[in-house]
Amino acid sequence: MASERKTDEVTGTETTGHEWDGIHELDTPLPRWWLWVWWGTIAFSVVYWLLMPTWPGLTGYTKGLLHKSDRVEVGRELSALEVQRGAGAAQLRTASLEQIEKDPKLQAYAQQVGQSVFGDNCATCHGIGGTGGKGYPNLRDDVWLWGGKLEDIQYTITHGVRTGAPGARASQMPAFGRDEMLQPAQIDDLTEYVVHLSGRPADASAVARAAPLFQDQCAACHGAEGKGDPAFGAPNLTDGESLYGDSRTAIRGQIFAGNGGVMPTWNGRLSPETIKALSVYIHANAGGQ
Amino acid sequence: MATVIDKARSQSDNRPAVSAAERAKRKGDARGGLYKPREPIYPKLAHGRWRAVKWAVLIATLTIYYVTPWIRWGRPDGFPQQAALVDFTGRRFYFFDIQLWPQEVYIFTGLLIAAALALFLTTALFGRLWCGYACPQTVWTDLYIVVERLFEGDRNARMRLDAAPWSFDKAWRKVGKHVAWLGIAFGTGGAWIFYFHDAPTLIRTFWIGQAPMTAYASCALLTATTYIFAGWMREQVCIYMCPWPRIQGAMLDQHSLQVTYLRDRGEPRGSHKKGQSWDGRGDCIDCHQCVVVCPMGIDIRDGSQLECINCGLCVDACDDILGKLNRPTGLIAYDTDAAVAARAGGGKATYKPIRSRTIYYALALTVVSGLTLWSLIARPKADLHVIRDRNPIYVRMHDGAVRDGYTLKITNRTFADRRFDVTFDGVPGARLSQPALKSAGISVTAPADQVVSLRVFVTAPPDAERPSSVPGRFTVRSGDVHADAATVFLSGAANPQ
Repeated sequence: MASERKTDEVTGTETTGHEWDGIHELDTPLPRWWLWVWWGTIAFSVVYWLLMPTWPGLTGYTKGLLHKSDRVEVGRELSALEVQRGAGAAQLRTASLEQIEKDPKLQAYAQQVGQSVFGDNCATCHGIGGTGGKGYPNLRDDVWLWGGKLEDIQYTITHGVRTGAPGARASQMPAFGRDEMLQPAQIDDLTEYVVHLSGRPADASAVARAAPLFQDQCAACHGAEGKGDPAFGAPNLTDGESLYGDSRTAIRGQIFAGNGGVMPTWNGRLSPETIKALSVYIHANAGGQ
Repeated sequence: MATVIDKARSQSDNRPAVSAAERAKRKGDARGGLYKPREPIYPKLAHGRWRAVKWAVLIATLTIYYVTPWIRWGRPDGFPQQAALVDFTGRRFYFFDIQLWPQEVYIFTGLLIAAALALFLTTALFGRLWCGYACPQTVWTDLYIVVERLFEGDRNARMRLDAAPWSFDKAWRKVGKHVAWLGIAFGTGGAWIFYFHDAPTLIRTFWIGQAPMTAYASCALLTATTYIFAGWMREQVCIYMCPWPRIQGAMLDQHSLQVTYLRDRGEPRGSHKKGQSWDGRGDCIDCHQCVVVCPMGIDIRDGSQLECINCGLCVDACDDILGKLNRPTGLIAYDTDAAVAARAGGGKATYKPIRSRTIYYALALTVVSGLTLWSLIARPKADLHVIRDRNPIYVRMHDGAVRDGYTLKITNRTFADRRFDVTFDGVPGARLSQPALKSAGISVTAPADQVVSLRVFVTAPPDAERPSSVPGRFTVRSGDVHADAATVFLSGAANPQ
């Protein structure tokens, strides 16, 4: 780069004196209005400094004459949202569960509310898709421990399972092994019997041995045919669905230790209308019962 | 760049008249030439063929612009009655019998590509006709100059007025001109917003302060840009801001029509006295009429240049003078470089509109506008989109049956409520059901001009032979309006154990 300013022969314009590989840069003047725009942007920034929060200080920042604050605006929008939601919430409060499901508009609203509430509160255990996992029931299929009707679901959510709160769903599978109620060999036989109930091949002699034992120990809750009873939260042993796994080890472990999970009581944490919406959402996505 | 010479005046006026341009130039020079002040251009009114065409285009384009939003168009109740409407709140675009949804914006893409290609073709054939005749910048500048002429007179009067000291006469003319300009600018911005709202409603709400903020803001913005661009910046917009003068270089070739000074016929130029012989000299009498009418402030005799917008006013001005001299017209004419070269070589000048470039442009234009038109006409009255549940992908029932969940989005583009029956094919024995509702057969009402969302389940019986992924198809039908969409039915491994 040289610094000698020359006059370009073709245009008659002075060069800036900059040169790259023989190419000279012309010092062509800018249009005047361009300069005005530049001054305009500077003036704009000065006005902006005065009106808007701009300069940081040690303990705060300049608030600006307009006192604009995004935080305040978000708060205002949130309270406006509350008001807006109030109408829908009131409808959910007064409508019965059946009314909600039969009214397409109200159902769509309940589904929206239910979906977001489910994501916030239920998905932690049941999964965002509601398919659950080991020890956490699958809410999408047609197997329900405590009943899959709308009222059943609403009741379960409202009161919870095994929380000790009044009204909560409660059942206790005995720990036949840990509490030494049955001998290990008997537990082995019962395991074969449960495998047999689920329609899989099992040791016939063990099944024969376990049959009277099952009627004595298990049929009270699970039923003589092992079909369970949602009234006690007793699982159906014949449907191929197992909360704690269907391998022999898993079945044996369940007879031995009698696991039972806890689901929180949502009454008091979620409003009744939110629980309604949640029930409708879960019911609809499980295909309804 | 600009030449501001008024021979008539400098001869008649002994006073060392200093034009505004000269003053500005000196001022700029005195500051070291860092910034270039705009050199004022005082286009003189031309008369002739091209000026008449320009008037016609000006009236036609402005009429279309101002009248279109006021055209009413019959649509069912509850829908806008405005023929051309960009309805942002309703998220629809209406144009007579055409109604577009936001997702159909590709039709605009096609339209814009076709417009660009049409511009390419026009430029390759006739040069910058768009710039000279139809560009809004040209049309509104022309309109502003009409107003300027009304208040301040033609070129010479305007130059005198600018050079004169301030007086009452100068003041009212200037103020009047700017008020009229601002009025036109406001009318321009005001007409624009009618394309986005119901015009008869907006014109009422606008004045009582109940129109949307965007209407006021758009109106203010367009008022400002119209006033500044057409009143103050004029040719500077074309020269400094518009990319088209740079792009057009790629579209022009030696066969494109451009406003051309026929150097072979005009040179050597020089003044001519009545009765003098025309032998041994060119037809150009150096009268500068081509320069004084030029809205871009250039001398066309310097050859084709970036600033030239091909408006043909210099053609009119020159023909006017040649007519008075009883010389054949067309010393400045729409001509091609090839023709100029041919004449210089003693050959015959021919205009060659059909050449590979124009054929390609025309072909591309036909294909793009054909596709756009086809996609517009072939648009179905209903649309179906299927969104598979992704979580869970499938649900296994207690009896081994598999159930997949889908969300159907049914678009009803007609202006009437429609009840669509939903069917699913592809999976043997599969049953379609709607969560919670146990009615047999699935149907849903999509309100007029709306999308309805519907969740459905497909449950397939246990089948060890079924592949884990089976193609399926949803169909929605309402009378003769129907739509379908392909999807898959997933069931994971046939036997999970």
